[in-house]
Amino acid sequence: MSTEIDPITLAVLAGRMEQIADEMDATLFRAAFNPIIAEAHDASHGLYHATSGDTLVQGKSGLPIFVGVMSFAVKAVIDKAAEHGDLADGDIYIFNDAHIGGTHLSDMRLVRPYFHDGKLFCYLASVGHWHDVGGAVPGNYNPAATDAFQEAFVLPPVRLARGGEVNTDIIDILMRNTRLPQSAQGDLNGQLGALDLGVRRMDELLAEYGPDTVRAGLDALGERAETLMRSELEALPDGRWEATDYLDNDGITDVALPITVALEIRGDTMTLDFAGTAPRCAGPVNIALPTAVATAYVAIKHIFPDLPANAGVMRPISVLIPEGSMLSAKFPAPVGGYTETILRMIDVIFSAAAQAAPDRVVANAYGTINALSIAGKRKNGQPWVMFSFYGGGHGGSSESDGLNHGNAPISTATIPPMEILEAAYPVMFKQWALRPDSAGPGTHRGGMGAVYEIEVLEENGAEAFLFGERGRHAPQGVAGGGAAAMNRFEFEQDDGWHSPPLASKMRGIALRQGQSVRLETPGGGGYGAASGRAPAAVARDVAMGLLSAGEATKHYGDAWTKEPRT
Amino acid sequence: MSKMIGVDVGGTFTDVFVLDEAAGTAEVAKVPTTRPDQSGGFLDGIGQRVSDLSEISVVVHGTTAGTNALLERKGARIGVITTAGLRDVLEMRRRDRPRTWGLRGDFEPVVPRDLRLEVPERVLADGTIRTPVDLDAVRAAAAELLDQGCLAVAVMFANSYANAENEARAVAALREIWPNDHVSASSEILPEIREFERFSTTALNAYLQPEVSGYLDRLELALKDGGFGGEFMIVQSNGGVMAVDTASRLPVRTALSGPAAGVIAAGYIASEAGFDDVITGDMGGTSFDVSLIAGGKSMLSPQTSIDFGMVVRSPMIEITTIGAGGGSIAWVDKGGLLNIGPESAGSTPGPVAYGQGNDRPTVTDANVVLGRIDPESPIGGKLERLDVDGARAAIKVHVGDPLGLDPEAAAEAILRVANARMAGAIRLVSIERGFDPKRFAFMPFGGGGALHTGAMLAEVGIGRAIVPRYPGVTSAMGCVIADMRQDFVQTINALLDGLDADALASFMQDHVDRGLALLDAARTTFQAREIAFELDMAYVGQTHTVSVPIDVTVTHGTVTPPTQVEIAKAFDDAYLRAYGRLLKNGVRRVMNLRSAVTGKRPKFDLGTLAPVGGSAEAALKGQRRVHFGDQWFDTAIYNRLDLPVGAVIDGPAILEQPDTTVLIEPHLRGTVDAYGNTVIAAKEATP
Repeated sequence: MSTEIDPITLAVLAGRMEQIADEMDATLFRAAFNPIIAEAHDASHGLYHATSGDTLVQGKSGLPIFVGVMSFAVKAVIDKAAEHGDLADGDIYIFNDAHIGGTHLSDMRLVRPYFHDGKLFCYLASVGHWHDVGGAVPGNYNPAATDAFQEAFVLPPVRLARGGEVNTDIIDILMRNTRLPQSAQGDLNGQLGALDLGVRRMDELLAEYGPDTVRAGLDALGERAETLMRSELEALPDGRWEATDYLDNDGITDVALPITVALEIRGDTMTLDFAGTAPRCAGPVNIALPTAVATAYVAIKHIFPDLPANAGVMRPISVLIPEGSMLSAKFPAPVGGYTETILRMIDVIFSAAAQAAPDRVVANAYGTINALSIAGKRKNGQPWVMFSFYGGGHGGSSESDGLNHGNAPISTATIPPMEILEAAYPVMFKQWALRPDSAGPGTHRGGMGAVYEIEVLEENGAEAFLFGERGRHAPQGVAGGGAAAMNRFEFEQDDGWHSPPLASKMRGIALRQGQSVRLETPGGGGYGAASGRAPAAVARDVAMGLLSAGEATKHYGDAWTKEPRT
Repeated sequence: MSKMIGVDVGGTFTDVFVLDEAAGTAEVAKVPTTRPDQSGGFLDGIGQRVSDLSEISVVVHGTTAGTNALLERKGARIGVITTAGLRDVLEMRRRDRPRTWGLRGDFEPVVPRDLRLEVPERVLADGTIRTPVDLDAVRAAAAELLDQGCLAVAVMFANSYANAENEARAVAALREIWPNDHVSASSEILPEIREFERFSTTALNAYLQPEVSGYLDRLELALKDGGFGGEFMIVQSNGGVMAVDTASRLPVRTALSGPAAGVIAAGYIASEAGFDDVITGDMGGTSFDVSLIAGGKSMLSPQTSIDFGMVVRSPMIEITTIGAGGGSIAWVDKGGLLNIGPESAGSTPGPVAYGQGNDRPTVTDANVVLGRIDPESPIGGKLERLDVDGARAAIKVHVGDPLGLDPEAAAEAILRVANARMAGAIRLVSIERGFDPKRFAFMPFGGGGALHTGAMLAEVGIGRAIVPRYPGVTSAMGCVIADMRQDFVQTINALLDGLDADALASFMQDHVDRGLALLDAARTTFQAREIAFELDMAYVGQTHTVSVPIDVTVTHGTVTPPTQVEIAKAFDDAYLRAYGRLLKNGVRRVMNLRSAVTGKRPKFDLGTLAPVGGSAEAALKGQRRVHFGDQWFDTAIYNRLDLPVGAVIDGPAILEQPDTTVLIEPHLRGTVDAYGNTVIAAKEATP
């Protein structure tokens, strides 16, 4: 630390800088055109280190997975700018290349160097999920993609603005390559607005405190985050714990894909080694290295929720991703299904960490995004596409049962209301309900998964596809808790109900009017041995119809039958 | 019959504001809130100022009875009858979670699963009845719920906003057999698309009905027994009042009753004093509540969550809360950073200085140690004197020692961090609404807000603050000021091009008829009646709607509906304001109609509250050493209520009144305006 900074100024500065990122979030949410940003908050903003790209401060309302991934986007721009060699105030880089910036191609990243008194001080960045970025299918979730080109157009880091002058040629290229140019233009304007606001707020902050104090504050916050992380690790026992879980398949061949982690704690450091994980696969469940590292960050932050969103947290942690694995796939491997892979990474990290610190870790959540599309043409020829993600149970914890029907750990997005879907598309939900017997048993059982049964009302019928997981490998419990029910998908044909050969992945399912699909999502894993659950709690679950009598006795014995009905 | 009374029942205190228009006087009282039955404190508070209840023409009540029943899960045992396949909507919510990080926590809805019964029935999104309701099944469900001891029943069917027939038939059958009035249908409570929000609002309403209507009945009876013969009204979350029988039927509309009244009063006081743009900051024991008033209008949000998963969808004054109140605890984390909250000592045990067993320092303790709060006269009168030494010791141990600061510096540090958080909330609320906070005035109210005025000016860059004459009873005063208002909603869900103009007109007329009937039934006089319509609209493909105000002529209660062209133009204007550009060839959709029928109640002259006579010299009650920045200042202490109109007080100074302390920092100047408010600004900015 060069300049010493007093602890009060540091506390105030920490709040002020977090606020800048929060205000950038708010600016984009308000201005964005597409509901994925405006309502689901699939976006993020922050301040990043001038030479390393490390996250200094990040907004609190953006999507969790971005907290770790944004620094890779900034680093990519730092490298590109070094190639150009003429980085200037007012430059803005834009790109969506997931192999260098993480996540998937729908996420458009804008990175802007922030100069003070003619010197580079830090970077500001904005990422937002655009509604459509070209590719084979609208919305860019192509379950059959075998390379990135089938997923979307790929934009490497290019200068959208030079010295404050926007290059409209690039905007023209972008707008010609999306099916929804108005939406894209609205989102782009919102992101530019957020960066402008960030610059103004930084100007004010530096005018008030001076660059040396702010820089010292940023350094101190990084060190503080590191200290916090080290003190958390120090409190845990030394040792090495392993966990392996599986993806059902890659959507092309029905072969299980192992994801393995060895979590090692030595003093105040931790290593997460993913050796033993499956190699790069043909289908879109690969992820790029930045995504893998960011995912480790998400898992860590769920285990230690009070840690700040700052790169200092990761300094005591080494993430080892083997070369050539599905967690470090090179361009142009398809990565559109990255959500499934990173959810499984989080699961194995939880399972391993729970062996070290059972009370700090929750059991596995339902572990699949279940992207279900039902689409067709109306009588008047107008196309319709109902595309949504579905919820499931969260894992039990040392404090309580898991949450019923929650959202995925990597997201905070809510599900659209059934009535909005029914009003917009020719479908009817016959069930939108909790799924009995879906929770993993335990002292604190997992949360319940859900059942969604959807009937096609359109005379012309419809075609469905599903991209899901956990059809062959159930979400695991921790600390002796049991596994939850697996994902189950069935669709109706003239000769009765069928299941996909690849369990939870299938496209081209033709449905007639009156036929239905039924998606039953996993619950969460249980926490602690089932024998530790109070018989009254078991009896209550039975009385509520969440647990059948047979399953209750199988997992918990028959003590519950002697409980008086409440 | 000339007295108007506002009563705000808060968590700690019950505030009473008595306005005697004929005599031109106003009085306030503050008594402890009684629990669990708040009616004791309510009547005690009124009794302290009015001996003969027959002198009272109006009693208006801001209540937390509903909110508390929700937060503490103390509503009634109720049942739900719903569409086959949908019994779990209340429990599944919108697939959210309590906190972003940690994945911990679970959720129990207010109606357990075995009291949520399904019946065969189905309406499609276009209003077609696919399956008529099975009334025998409804009756059987009712019998089971009664058998289970349910006191209220709510009927919630899919798509009932589009066609309420199945719900109406079910409710009619239920009303024949249900032993009390507590039967409600989701289409009666909220005929709006979005099943979770509609079901949740309906269920929470039913959950509150037995409790809140019983409470209000008790109050009304006690008032009448005391000779009261006037009108008894309740403040709604939208900042308007409603008759007590409406409140008994729709208790869920009282969810933010008290805080809403405070914002209404703040807006009125500010605009009378010449400030149409004001940000209010209400600092209580556990929280700091921020609200924004632009152009004299407070912002309304369409819904709020009382707690995780407990959504109430009905228009509410928008209030943003952060956990930084007087009782918020200051602590140093393992990384050596000073934090404030979210843990709070609340009002019991309260700050260390209260001497009631808490030994961790709070924001109030910092104010006490720095001499900003008079230890000899604690608010509310429960304590003899505050324990300054205890507060200093706690700050030293928990903040000073870990950070290497002396207790005074540590106390300043606590305030700086707390102030920074409060200022952050103000900035964020403004930015989210698209406003620059610098053009607003700041109005602190509640017991603690006026201690932090100078900090808000400095941190946010606001030019001036206005401290109302009675900041500790603002909500009670708001009760007396608020207009009578009813909100209605109806989902339309049609393309503008294909809009059924007659159907829209008849919904508008129905809303107007029902709203005016409620005004007619009130025994209050109104200066004017206002009717406002808005349409929630969007382009097809967008789920985010914008509120589109529609100019509609209403002559003698008859609506002249708007044309499609007028609606299109209004949409384009509103959309441009929100997003800056229109969508080329976009198809416009009308989602909901929202109507508000308001009876403007006569406003009292704030001049009534202004001080008469007096002088600054006479108001000066002494000197105290108060710490600002890094030194102690000999600081003048004034009796605030004795300062005359026009008095100019230079900082450092402290203005004290029974329930509030106003801090004027060394570089600031306070001026008493014509209504007795104190306007605070930098010395060089005031002539």
